Amino acid sequence: MSADNNTELRIVGFLCNWCSYGGADTAGVGRFQQPTDLRIIRVPCSGRIDPLFVLKSLVNGADGVLVSGCHPRDCHYSEGNFYARRRLEMLKRFLPILGIDERRFEYTWVSASEGQKWKTVVQTFTEHIHELGPAPKLDASLLKKAEALNLTQAA
Amino acid sequence: MKIGVFVCHCGSNIAGTVDVASVAEQARNLPNVAFSTDTMYTCSEPGQDEIVQAIKEHGLDGVVVASCTPRMHEPTFRKTVERAGLNRYMFEMANIREHVSWIGKDKEANTRKALDLVSMAVAKLANDRVLTPSKFDINKRVLVIGGGVAGIQAALDCADGGLEVVLVEKTSTIGGKMAKLDKTFPTIDCSSCILGPKMVDVAQHPNITLYACSEVGDISGYVGNFNVSITKKATYVDWDACTGCGQCTEKCPSKKATDHFNEEIGTTTAINIPFPQAIPKKASIDPEFCIKLTKGKCGVCEKVCPTQAIRYDQQDEKVEEAVGAIIVATGYDLFDWTRYGEYGGGRYPDVITSLQYERLLSASGPTGGHVTRPSDGKEPETVVFIQCVGSRDKSVDRPYCSGFCCMYTAKQAILTKDHMPESQSYVFYMDIRAPGKMYDEFTRRAMEEYGTKYIRGRVAMIYPKGDKYVVRGSDTLLGTQVEVEADLVVLAVGAEAAKGAPQLAEKLRISYDSYGFYMESHIKLRPVETNTAGVYLAGSCQGPKDIPASVAQGSAAASKVQNLFSRDQLESDPQISQVDIKRCIGCGKCIQTCPFGAIEEMDFRGATKAHVIETVCQGCGICTSTCPQGAIQLQHFTDNQILAEVNALCQPTTILNYE
Repeated sequence: MSADNNTELRIVGFLCNWCSYGGADTAGVGRFQQPTDLRIIRVPCSGRIDPLFVLKSLVNGADGVLVSGCHPRDCHYSEGNFYARRRLEMLKRFLPILGIDERRFEYTWVSASEGQKWKTVVQTFTEHIHELGPAPKLDASLLKKAEALNLTQAA
Repeated sequence: MKIGVFVCHCGSNIAGTVDVASVAEQARNLPNVAFSTDTMYTCSEPGQDEIVQAIKEHGLDGVVVASCTPRMHEPTFRKTVERAGLNRYMFEMANIREHVSWIGKDKEANTRKALDLVSMAVAKLANDRVLTPSKFDINKRVLVIGGGVAGIQAALDCADGGLEVVLVEKTSTIGGKMAKLDKTFPTIDCSSCILGPKMVDVAQHPNITLYACSEVGDISGYVGNFNVSITKKATYVDWDACTGCGQCTEKCPSKKATDHFNEEIGTTTAINIPFPQAIPKKASIDPEFCIKLTKGKCGVCEKVCPTQAIRYDQQDEKVEEAVGAIIVATGYDLFDWTRYGEYGGGRYPDVITSLQYERLLSASGPTGGHVTRPSDGKEPETVVFIQCVGSRDKSVDRPYCSGFCCMYTAKQAILTKDHMPESQSYVFYMDIRAPGKMYDEFTRRAMEEYGTKYIRGRVAMIYPKGDKYVVRGSDTLLGTQVEVEADLVVLAVGAEAAKGAPQLAEKLRISYDSYGFYMESHIKLRPVETNTAGVYLAGSCQGPKDIPASVAQGSAAASKVQNLFSRDQLESDPQISQVDIKRCIGCGKCIQTCPFGAIEEMDFRGATKAHVIETVCQGCGICTSTCPQGAIQLQHFTDNQILAEVNALCQPTTILNYE
């Protein structure tokens, strides 16, 4: 991992190829300056996003995950974003059960023409993640704590 | 696996804010990377040759190019690796221009980010598999939606090229906005004289099936094989029997029907033919105003019709058409100028829109081409034109320029003088935008030869005074206030997206911008294509356009369709779902969620399994995220491929040790 933890946090984006990925391109073409924390993974549809991808990112050290698809009713595959919305809403409620701060995960709808909106989304989300700070990492002391907890329960 | 990485400078576009040499150097340490370099312009011929050379020299199995967005050059580089003998899907792109160099100025951070994106692409490529497309037949028929000048041009070009065309028009005649115009700029050609013959060609062409008074319903299928349902709305007249003689319209006692064609200047009969050159020249009944349909009595038209064509009980009818490509030419609508309270907001009868004025000027219009005021029928002496009504105005959410208003205002000022030599015209303008062939000369003629007074400034308010209207505005060149007493005020209303444009876009699965105009695939290089294969755009549905530009786009879209249909078979995209028979438990969840009905049940040695119909699958991957077994995988976007990208980005910082 090459992120500089002093200034940058690790934010993963999953973007639909047809809308938000294009919106991010539009923002680039418009030279709309954005924070550099976000790394984008392109998927064909927000409906392709398995909640597992989001979880895997967060468990493996991402400080934030942003998902963006087409506006409801405007899906390139007619209804993929409806499936996405249901799954991601479910995931958001499930995250605290896993001990993950659900504020580290957000989903939004941005179309290919909305470069300005994309910039705002990235800025707001990045600021928000910076306010939360780096995600708690598993370190030696936490592991010891877990081990101790394990022992007390066994006894 | 041997992967080659090529980091593009893109001139200074990328190299300006990313240390590309350092990215290339560090990429060499990534797993599987056997070769890495930075090049000036990777997409140029020498740049592509370098890739081909490197593949051959180093025996590469896959290539990563870090440059612009894959939405731009992915097809280019896929062809390049194919030239070198690799499978085109053994290629990945890292977008370090739109997503890195153009949006941040911090070179260190950008370089880090670029390297991350490259390592994600490398990780995905290591999981890529060779994919081969299969072939399918094309249905060489084309659907044109919208019968304005752009749609007419597209339909005729396709039909002349030997293709079967289905033309669907919402209103009862084709011709669109151009049919309502009196003359066209910059030649003062009679609009119906140049459009009329084209409309007749449409009616008589053996290859064109015209559905007027019809709307497109559901659209299913994919490029080469679309199925479209078309609703033929009830006209209450059997058009097979109607000869367009017009006897019914003469005798109809209901004379207060809304005259849509004449922009509601005056009224028309409940049964009517919109204008003499209408195509198809058939009568239709406006059910809102027909006495027989509203009150049950009358039936005059039925009695006078010589061919017994009247059908009061006619219902909407649905037809299905199978086509291989779709051209969308749904045009525009006028901005609702009543939103401008300072111009009277629709309360003053003699403050009219430019299109209404066009009908007053037209010889086939309600006044026979004699310009009169709607309020008292007097001939106006002073006419004031106000430009940019619903254009370049953020306060009404129309910040864009409608493009053609400057020109038609100049034309109308010239025509006003032609019709009434004693009249005086004033034009309030912001800027004159006349960037076409002979356009600027034309606006100068309006000023110099025809004595139109151009005043640079906005109008603050209009108020009635006696039987005149005082137009008060500023002259920003002189820095003074101006007041003009006008008999008639013409508002140069801007264009906005056609009503229902977003709903149609959703059916076609194409995108539209925040104003409802359809998005082209690339603003410069693919102006008539959409991101949905087989769907093309023509005319003002993509953005405001004048007649020459609309015609050019109509022809361009038609040539794109001809190009598509020049082959008998198309290659299907192999980025579709595939079922792992061993893992599939036959639960059928994928069948339920697939929006295209592309998955069916299959019997495999007595067990139920899912099976993907290759030509129907569109590659969205909804099934892949639904499958509880991970048995159905979208090729090129499998769980493993996406997780490889995630893993390249996020690795646990502490290695757990459970000794």
